[in-house]
Amino acid sequence: MKLELAGITKRFGALVANDHIDLTVEPGEIHCLLGENGAGKSTLMNVLFGLLHADEGEIRIDGEPVRFADPGDAVRRGIGMVHQHFMLVPVFSVAENVVLGFEPTRAAGFLDHRKARSDISRLSKEFGLEVDPDALVEHLPVGAQQRVEILKALIRDAKVLILDEPTAVLTPQEIEALFRIMRSLAAAGRSILFITHKLKEVLAVADRITVMRLGKVVGAADPSAIDEAELAAMMVGRSVELVVRKEPPKPGPVVLELRGVRIVDARGIAVVDGVDLEVRAGEILALAGVQGNGQTELAEAVCALRNPEAGTIRIDAIDLTRATPKAALRAGVANVPEDRQVDGLVLGMSIADNLVLDLFDRTPFARHGARDLARVAADGETKLAEFDIRAPSAREAVGNLSGGNQQKVVVARELSRPVKVLVASQPTRGLDVGSIEYVHRRIIEERDRGAAVLLVSSELDEVLALGDRIAVMYRGRVVGTVAPSAGRDRIGLMMAGIEPPDLPPPDGDQPPVTNLDLI
Amino acid sequence: MSTVDLTPVEGVELAPEGRLVSLGRVRGMGVFLAVLAVTTLVAFGFGVPSGEHAIFLLSGPPALNVSPLTMSVRWVAVALAIGCAALAALLLLRRSARGSYLIFSLGVVLFLWAFLAWAARGAALNLLQMLVGTLVYATPLVYGSLSGIMCERSGVVNIAIEGQFLAGAFLGAMIGSASGNLWLGVLAGAVAGGLFGALLAFLALRYGADQIIVGVVIVAFCTGLTNFLTEQVLTPDQSTLNSPQTFSPLAIPLLSKIPILGPVLFDQNVFLYGAAILLVMVHVALFKTRWGLRVRAVGEHPRAAETVGIHVLSVRYRNVILGGVIAGIGGASFTIGSIGEFSAGMTAGLGYVALAAMIFGRWRPFGALGAAVLFGFALSLQSYLAVLNVGIPSPFLSMAPYVITIAVVSGLVGRVRPPAADGVPYSRD
Repeated sequence: MKLELAGITKRFGALVANDHIDLTVEPGEIHCLLGENGAGKSTLMNVLFGLLHADEGEIRIDGEPVRFADPGDAVRRGIGMVHQHFMLVPVFSVAENVVLGFEPTRAAGFLDHRKARSDISRLSKEFGLEVDPDALVEHLPVGAQQRVEILKALIRDAKVLILDEPTAVLTPQEIEALFRIMRSLAAAGRSILFITHKLKEVLAVADRITVMRLGKVVGAADPSAIDEAELAAMMVGRSVELVVRKEPPKPGPVVLELRGVRIVDARGIAVVDGVDLEVRAGEILALAGVQGNGQTELAEAVCALRNPEAGTIRIDAIDLTRATPKAALRAGVANVPEDRQVDGLVLGMSIADNLVLDLFDRTPFARHGARDLARVAADGETKLAEFDIRAPSAREAVGNLSGGNQQKVVVARELSRPVKVLVASQPTRGLDVGSIEYVHRRIIEERDRGAAVLLVSSELDEVLALGDRIAVMYRGRVVGTVAPSAGRDRIGLMMAGIEPPDLPPPDGDQPPVTNLDLI
Repeated sequence: MSTVDLTPVEGVELAPEGRLVSLGRVRGMGVFLAVLAVTTLVAFGFGVPSGEHAIFLLSGPPALNVSPLTMSVRWVAVALAIGCAALAALLLLRRSARGSYLIFSLGVVLFLWAFLAWAARGAALNLLQMLVGTLVYATPLVYGSLSGIMCERSGVVNIAIEGQFLAGAFLGAMIGSASGNLWLGVLAGAVAGGLFGALLAFLALRYGADQIIVGVVIVAFCTGLTNFLTEQVLTPDQSTLNSPQTFSPLAIPLLSKIPILGPVLFDQNVFLYGAAILLVMVHVALFKTRWGLRVRAVGEHPRAAETVGIHVLSVRYRNVILGGVIAGIGGASFTIGSIGEFSAGMTAGLGYVALAAMIFGRWRPFGALGAAVLFGFALSLQSYLAVLNVGIPSPFLSMAPYVITIAVVSGLVGRVRPPAADGVPYSRD
């Protein structure tokens, strides 16, 4: 099946998310749609899948114009989508999820489980998508959930499969397995539209590349005739600083110390179980791992946003195990949270107010129990300049800023008090290249100033670029702590819970990590 | 290398669907049983002179009389206390949570037996009547909780069950009385409930109004409206508009002749049979059919349902209206099922108890049945003890079923998992 998008335009108010996009996907092709966050890739895919309606332009299948009123129409015409956030019902079995909306039935609407199972195992075998049809989806690892999503599309006989940022939540080995599945699907004549912002992956798997920037198609490329730097320049619109510059660390005494920390979630399950960690002044300890293995909870515990069930957390001599967030803050903990819009900022409030959320009730921002608004405003304007926050004024609501500028507001607030321990969780998620460079530079400066930095990131490239030491978490435990020179493959295995015994660390010939890998 | 072994780490126990019983909660239940055992021993055992006896009657329809059971209160209590203590020990020593609810329930039954023996000391207690009473009380609760299940499994909270009960009871009585046809009364009850279901659906789904608030408003509205209409319309014309017949018991051939169980289960009125049939139907439809799979998907993850071509809002409309119909029929059972007259506020909060039964039953029809029977037993016990005059002031007795409801929902149920999208408005963008 040949899929063509011609002149697709989609506006949201004044914003043109897609500006006359042309794109052709040939049968049996892995076509890669590359672009930064906010380039309009997801909007385009939602238009293609019938979740949004284009203002202008046309979708053609084998030359015939089609209109999709809803996803059901798109599915009937052979389009399948694997969403970035999986569209799976956690409490349903694999088989129930796969057949939902397309259920084989016996008389009177009774579900035909046997047929569902046999269809699934047939497709599983054909394309190497191993999964147990009777397992509950919520008990499956993310990689397996993704296979369920792909099966969902295949059982509806999708000819074009859209994969929206499919690698974001996978370990390196799971990514390899996904690429193999993609190739076997393409070999069987199905087309794949692979959406990503990761250059390495594009070059590894694509047959053809289309690059988007700010809502427009800015170029096409043949993966055999282009390298990472050229692709990055095309995607970002300028040449990009390649290497994260960083002096060797000068570690001082241990500042942050975790002993036997165990954290239990609301369901009573231990999400962090017996973690020991030490972070010294002047070093960055990167906490790697696939998302959802307890890193988030651990970072929250260090900031006293959660109290562990057992173990101790100390900063210098201060015991923060049962502390309040305020006490942690006073002890010198700075927190760049994972979800800045939920935990980092009050979106409806001004930049200036957000900048003093931690200190609004103390001098100089308050006197005799009343806020000194003039001071707050002046402080806001100063920080705007100091931290390169691009906004018309500090009175602007934070919710109106771009992701990168929002993150700069968080960083500005957190680094404006004396910092002993900096906890940065997924600090560059969803940011553009310029902001990524900025945030990385700030983190390294903070380290060089003598802070102990705990960096939590599920981006392996970020971990390798910034970490002085790397601790890998899997299912609530630290699998091991290694130097960045241990290498991508070994850390990838550790992220899947496997610590290869007595594996000698490979030689220092690792390729340098570049900012390009992080985009 | 490619394949990655992703077997779970040992010691991380994955939760079964619906409920997670922690070992801490099992210990809590054990301690609770131990307290019951001590209470039994002290209050019912040695608190009673050794000579006192209790007589348990099991009298049903004449030919089926089983000879009465006479027991010494003290020694029965002592024996039951020992049993209860043994079960408590079993719970406290357990290493797995599996089956602990069964053990706990057994312990509570032993305690209640001792309590009944104590309450009936020097008198006679008709157990059969109490069982029948349990089912009579449980019947509307089953309708109410099935109504809640229909709505909430599709993602809409129906807190208006109490109002739908009242509307169904009122219109059922009025139409049943005016037409002289009880089946028309049932139909009228269903229509009344369905209309308020439709109102809830319309406000919650069309306008995305807060479902709890809409539900509460509907209850307030139904209460006021039925009070007003009772005073203005029914009372002036009591004999034609508010004197319906009631459905008489319908004995099922053969089954009703089984000793004890027969008269309790198979010689009842149509509302009880209707509840049983509906219970099975809802269960089968929810868990075995395409319809049910789609309803549950809409209640858990509406966006996922939408992406596979299911119309979320249509599913919700249909279910909320059907839920209202079921609650309306349950409401009709209050008037044309047993009492034969509508009086203001007669449902006495049982719509909320039905909601509690739904939660205790983990949004599953048979779970809700178990809870409804438990609450029905509490209600029946209360009305029976009021007659026996056991020395507990009657206002406290009337409170008991509600206290038990609160205790069960807050203490016993623990953390239950409602449908993930329950009460969350859905919009496409």
